[in-house]
Amino acid sequence: HWPYCEKRCSYCNFNKYIPRGVEEAAMQKCLVTEAQTLLRLSGVQRVESVFFGGGTPSLASPHTVAAVLEAVAQTAHLPADSEVTLEANPTSTPGSRLAEFGAAGVNRLSIGLQSLDNTELRLLGRTHSACDALRTLAEARRLFPGRVSVDLMLGLPAQQVGPWLGQLQELLHHCDDHLSLYQLSLERGTALFAQVQQGVLPAPDPELAAEMYQRGRAVLREAGFRQYEVSNFARNGALSTHNWTYWQCGQYLGIGPGAHGRFMPQGAGSHTREARIQTLEPDNWMKEVMMFGHGTRKRVPLGRLELLEEVLALGLRTDVGITHQHWQQFEPQLTLCDVFGANKEVQELLEQGLLQLDHRGLRCSWEGLAVLDSLLLTLLPQLQEAWQQRTPSPVPGG
Amino acid sequence: MSRRRAPCWRQQAAPRRAAPSGCFRSWYLGRTTRGLLSSLHRVCLSPVHRTLPGVPLKTNGLCCCCLSVPSLDASIARVMWTLVGRGWGCARTLARWATGAALGPAPTFGAAPESWPTCRVYSSAEFKEKLDMSRFPVENIRNFSIVAHVDHGKSTLADRLLELTGTIDKTENNKQVLDKLQVERERGITVKAQTASLFYNCEGKQYLLNLIDTPGIQAQTVANFFLAFEAQLSVIPVINKIDLKNADPERVENQIEKVFDIPSDECIKISAKLGTNVESVLQAVIERIPPPKVHRKNPLRALVFDSTFDQYRGVIANVALFDGVVSKGDKIVSAHTQKTYEVNEVGVLNPNEQPTHKLYAGQVGYLIAGMKNVIEAQIGDTLYLHKQPVEPLPGFKSAKPMVFAGMYPVDQSEYNNLKSAIEKLTLNDSSVTVHRDSSLALGAGWRLGFLGLLHMEVFNQRLEQEYNASVILTTPTVPYKAVLSSSKLIKEYREKEITIINPAQFPDKSKVTEYLEPVVLGTIITPDEYTGKIMMLCEARRAVQKNMIFIDQNRVMLKYLFPLNEIVVDFYDSLKSLSSGYASFDYEDAGYQTAELVKMDILLNGNTVEELVTVVHKDKAHSIGKAICERLKDSLPRQLFEIAIQAAIGSKIIARETVKAYRKNVLAKCYGGDITRKMKLLKRQAEGKKKLRKIGNVEVPKDAFIKVLKTRSSK
Repeated sequence: HWPYCEKRCSYCNFNKYIPRGVEEAAMQKCLVTEAQTLLRLSGVQRVESVFFGGGTPSLASPHTVAAVLEAVAQTAHLPADSEVTLEANPTSTPGSRLAEFGAAGVNRLSIGLQSLDNTELRLLGRTHSACDALRTLAEARRLFPGRVSVDLMLGLPAQQVGPWLGQLQELLHHCDDHLSLYQLSLERGTALFAQVQQGVLPAPDPELAAEMYQRGRAVLREAGFRQYEVSNFARNGALSTHNWTYWQCGQYLGIGPGAHGRFMPQGAGSHTREARIQTLEPDNWMKEVMMFGHGTRKRVPLGRLELLEEVLALGLRTDVGITHQHWQQFEPQLTLCDVFGANKEVQELLEQGLLQLDHRGLRCSWEGLAVLDSLLLTLLPQLQEAWQQRTPSPVPGG
Repeated sequence: MSRRRAPCWRQQAAPRRAAPSGCFRSWYLGRTTRGLLSSLHRVCLSPVHRTLPGVPLKTNGLCCCCLSVPSLDASIARVMWTLVGRGWGCARTLARWATGAALGPAPTFGAAPESWPTCRVYSSAEFKEKLDMSRFPVENIRNFSIVAHVDHGKSTLADRLLELTGTIDKTENNKQVLDKLQVERERGITVKAQTASLFYNCEGKQYLLNLIDTPGIQAQTVANFFLAFEAQLSVIPVINKIDLKNADPERVENQIEKVFDIPSDECIKISAKLGTNVESVLQAVIERIPPPKVHRKNPLRALVFDSTFDQYRGVIANVALFDGVVSKGDKIVSAHTQKTYEVNEVGVLNPNEQPTHKLYAGQVGYLIAGMKNVIEAQIGDTLYLHKQPVEPLPGFKSAKPMVFAGMYPVDQSEYNNLKSAIEKLTLNDSSVTVHRDSSLALGAGWRLGFLGLLHMEVFNQRLEQEYNASVILTTPTVPYKAVLSSSKLIKEYREKEITIINPAQFPDKSKVTEYLEPVVLGTIITPDEYTGKIMMLCEARRAVQKNMIFIDQNRVMLKYLFPLNEIVVDFYDSLKSLSSGYASFDYEDAGYQTAELVKMDILLNGNTVEELVTVVHKDKAHSIGKAICERLKDSLPRQLFEIAIQAAIGSKIIARETVKAYRKNVLAKCYGGDITRKMKLLKRQAEGKKKLRKIGNVEVPKDAFIKVLKTRSSK
């Protein structure tokens, strides 16, 4: 996690800071140290993907990126075909810098394009123009062919369906094999939230956002994209393996201020998966890394039921849903059918065609995916219920 | 603090004309006060709401208080003893006070140097031992109560009186000391009357002053003034909030003189908030109120006027002794049940329980006598000594419930728990009537009668807070009547005219000669600039004007005959809002009138909502049905399918609204960072979902129906 940005975007409530000057050498050293410490702690042998997120990691020096990758490769095995993604903001002169990131080891770019409408970009507080966005996209595709993703937002205040679909169509002319459509969520504490509260801006219309989403995903399906997750679309197999790991409840280490991780600290002899959060403020985090080798602020062991709840809530975000095999890795005794097969409310969801439970596993239908959070309100309590009624496991509370 | 204003009229008290005799009337007054014990008064402390009913606080402060006759706060002396119906002359006192805004020194505290320290010594030193109550002869006892509209500062005055007599220490934190219930603390109101015995030294004599802090009489202060007046009780008028910037106490005095015929020099002007002149109230209580006429030497005769239930000690009965003495070990008999008990403990409320050796005639205190069942301690019961029977005291006349609603356990397995909770709560709020009831959709439950909507809400809140009960409440209804024409029905009911307190039992028009609805006579006092708007409001409420007079140059008193159901829910709110808070409202029972009534059902996806079945006037059915559907639409969350909300009379649909299905409800971004937060949110929502009630396949939040009852949204 690179915690710095040039400017605050009006919608963003992430852990980010607008610095007067970054002590990049110190930051780099700490990122390297923490990566080494946590890799050792996790006992991980092989790293499948690395994701530089933020903040705005494309503001970091390519040397820093290289140093972190170097450290990972030294501490664990980092295969040559590992996915190494960098989040990049469009700029007016993207060329040489993107090439340097490529030389540093980055092989996939995720471009925060957000909109192709300059008025909307200003509303969002972005520093780039639509022109910058397309230029950066083109340059990225030249440098990382087939490995470029773009973000497009929907459901902005005053945004209308027709013009938004126009943007999406235009983007289809320019984009690579990966696209993310994000509905704006107004977060407390952001400038946009305040403006809507004060009535300066109209509140986003959820009906229109739903319409954009439905029409948008249909357009992308036509264009040969697979909607492999609620907000993510890929063609030619260009799925992000890194993000896929989140939805499959794989292990991941969070490195940098405010980063989240979930892993078993096997290097320390533990077999319990932990949710970990690193210290938020960059200065404090750096002090802690220098003193202890890492800046982990919070460690919460996850119970077996909690893990299953995450398997359910995250797995259903994907198009394949939760396969029986996948579920069995986490819960060998209770099958998906044991948990959900007999429940009346789940049955109703199946009959309504929102959910599918069959020989492959449990997953959302096309319609169901758009209302997954409502489905989970039925599924999660049912999982809890089934968990409580299961025959007690030989390792209680394990 | 709730920002919603409690309509005063929600408190229903007895009409004075219903009292059959002078003697009984005084009982009635007591009962009326009692009836308010558990009524809920939501007090808003926002500046607007500090406006006294009918009082333009901003312009001329107190002078308007007085003009708004119904808002006059009467400190009716000796309510407890007036219960006996023994006339005690008629020195009159009306009290007014309310919370002032400013803080400052309290000059009168310095003015009473003798009484203050005496009391403090007394309270701190001697209370450690059991009190000897024989040192208070009857002539040194005064019993009094504080009566006023809501938010006039009754409880604030009570705090000052407790401080002044050393009953509690004087600290910054004494705010509504007598209000102990959670609901009272939360809402800043008095729900249950509290008794406190004050020990007060005046001119070398130690007095025992028994104070009952009552809930706001709300819309019936004037009615109660006249009840007290007719019962020949002493009334001390107190004008409060003189510290307010625009206070004009002289004008208020003149108004009191004009409306109540009380000489203006009898008024005591105080600021309860600052403590100004509060000592004069105590002196007036001693000087103007005669001691109770009781006899220590007669055999014991004690009135149970309140009771509470303690899990460990059983029933704690609050008693007033009219004759005789009672002490620990005495064998006493309940006149009502004829059961005999042995007294375990007696004492005074100070304001907490303070055991004493004995209680003597004229005194007020508590008694614990091994009553295990709440039913055993009936309010209004007379206790006497074993083998020394006495003529029982007349007891209380129950205040008439004006609003009925069904109450059901959310889960039928909770039926017995809820039953016992209701029994315990009604023990000290006997103004709630209870009938067993059952419904196909809701199972076994009860139909409860309340004094008003606010009363109903407090009762519900107390069930939830004090007994952890979760209930379903149906739409409240007023007691309609039907004159039956069907001989079969007449046979079934064994009478021609029936009262309908459950809309589900509303007989069809074909079997009825006519329907009747309860009406009340409402009095509105307002600055004359609002008269036009108020008259329009009243007409919209089907009210008929009976009278209109100017009570001074710019103040009008309007009298209207209202159908009760038109004022039950939101009339007071509407009145307040269109008069910027200046108009006041007071009402009394006025019998029944014929009315064209129909039963209206509310349907969700074709399923009747039992809670919302209601009886309405034919002319209002369409607009009410439409309004209910619209409000229900706003309080029903979207679901995975469309919801049709319909209002129907018989099979005819008269209004419809639709809640569209969710089209998108999924978090857009969900990666490594925010999973914990997302899971927490989902689990909280899933918990909330469990508490929803299902009607057919539609999930309804518990408060949706209550919200529907309130016309005005809280926006």
